[in-house]
Amino acid sequence: MARAVGGIDRRLAVRAVLITGALIFVVFAVPSLVGADWLTTFASVSIYSISALSFGILYGRVGMISLGQVALLSIGCWIGARLAYATHIPFPFLLLIDGLITMGIGVLLGLTSVRLSGLYLALITLMFAGATTIVLSVTDFPNGGGGFKGRTATGVLSTSTPPVRRPSIATGDTAFYKYIVVVTALMFLLALVHVATKPGRAWASIRESEPAALAAGVNITLYKLWAFALASFVTGVAGCLLAAQVGVPRAITFQTQDSLTLAATSLIGGIFSLWGAIVAGIFNQLLPFLFQAQWNINSNFLLILFGAGLMQVLLTAPGGLVDQFPKDMAKLGRFVWHSLRSLTRRGSAS
Amino acid sequence: MIEVKGLTVRFAGVTPIDDMSVVFPGGTCGLIGPNGAGKTTFFNVLSGFVKPAAGSISAFGEDLLRMADFRRARWGLRRTFQTEMAIEKLSVYDNVAMIHEHSGAKRGTRRHDVATAIEFVGLETPSTTKVGRLGARERRLVELARAVVGKPRVVLLDEPAAGLPEEETSHLSAVIRKIPGEFGALVILVDHDMSLVSACCETTAVVDFGKLVASGPTAEILRNEQVMKAYLGTETDI
Repeated sequence: MARAVGGIDRRLAVRAVLITGALIFVVFAVPSLVGADWLTTFASVSIYSISALSFGILYGRVGMISLGQVALLSIGCWIGARLAYATHIPFPFLLLIDGLITMGIGVLLGLTSVRLSGLYLALITLMFAGATTIVLSVTDFPNGGGGFKGRTATGVLSTSTPPVRRPSIATGDTAFYKYIVVVTALMFLLALVHVATKPGRAWASIRESEPAALAAGVNITLYKLWAFALASFVTGVAGCLLAAQVGVPRAITFQTQDSLTLAATSLIGGIFSLWGAIVAGIFNQLLPFLFQAQWNINSNFLLILFGAGLMQVLLTAPGGLVDQFPKDMAKLGRFVWHSLRSLTRRGSAS
Repeated sequence: MIEVKGLTVRFAGVTPIDDMSVVFPGGTCGLIGPNGAGKTTFFNVLSGFVKPAAGSISAFGEDLLRMADFRRARWGLRRTFQTEMAIEKLSVYDNVAMIHEHSGAKRGTRRHDVATAIEFVGLETPSTTKVGRLGARERRLVELARAVVGKPRVVLLDEPAAGLPEEETSHLSAVIRKIPGEFGALVILVDHDMSLVSACCETTAVVDFGKLVASGPTAEILRNEQVMKAYLGTETDI
């Protein structure tokens, strides 16, 4: 027993070192290796991986399908912009308050999950996403004006709009990219702490079987709402980052179908692992950039790619890319190793 | 001791439990009967999944039916299901610890209690293994460890040996027999495997059509003519 525990500790330690190393690389080395447009894309990858994380918490951990996560992101973005123009509170507090308000909205949405599950919950949350898109298209994002909407009638394409402010320690693009990555890491850490402890185990038992969870004394309503609260909090924080990242958020950039694409890419990345959310962020933001800006291919082709990828995942690899890819690589490695060995044997025999 | 008086459950036009009165005195008690006799429905009433139309259940002097379903685990009620429900995505340790967390037992003793429960059922796989990678026998043992962790008072076992080959059932029955002595819990065992029931249970109750047919010491019950007729079918029936 003691040895087993020591084993976990060593594995955990190795993991922690690797993750810290990767984080240091992403924060300090990447900005000097790539251009400004790449850095902007990586910032978006980071933000959308938080959004994918929220989908993964709800579906991968508890088994609740929410197709409204990008809608919540846009709400977080709106609140972030509104608060940034209206107040002078320091940016970290802005993130926190935005997260908490979005959490409130998310928990209200989550109340439906107490009675509904599966397809019905998916439909309701998708309707929520649709409604959000419509409301946003009417109100649009704040641009520093007055009133509840925080908008002055300058016209959508006005260039006089002052951008949403960034933290005073990270006003430049590179500095803010680093800021985003660090906040993203903190959100993943928050999720990890939940998943690895009591709520994570309660969620897993709900996902396995609600009657069994009930018999085990799990307060199912509480833990379902808790999951929605956590997912919405991190999404709200991500929305606030997004507002400051783009400076002038526009309603047209948030579509209802984005929530569906996020769900698809999250499934492709892998919903049972937190790493899957990062893969999902890459699929969601980096691939469109590569297609459109780098290769001049219409990025709508990506939908076909995502469709094929999703089918592949649902049919053969329920754990997604993060689960399947290492297995496939190991298989390939063994194949190469065996063929090399048989080749050399044949060589030495002749 | 669990005392059931005049328990009746109705679903639409069906009455799976019909004015049933039975006493489980303590130790390991068997509950047998043909398919559809109302055994699992009775467990569901105890768990709080099904609200009875009439009757009372007193467990160690407390009115079980007035307790909210998710509070019964904290009170000390544990159960396993016909289809095994250990959590695939969690490790063996987390599976058992999860029950402990909601049982009201002290946090400081968790590691020790969980290790004791795993050791008690005789599970040899490392406790860090994910349950999804275990075989049927090990999963049943994980379920049993979940049922005995954190001061259980009543342990309901619904066909714990379903789908296991005979040689593995004997280990299971040895473990089940030890539960009352080790944890001071009353065990109610539902199973169709008569060798398991007679190996584990001092007393046995037989139900059919939602009514108690007979109850008493297991050896006597299994010789009872009425029971043979109701449950096993007599030779003249064939």
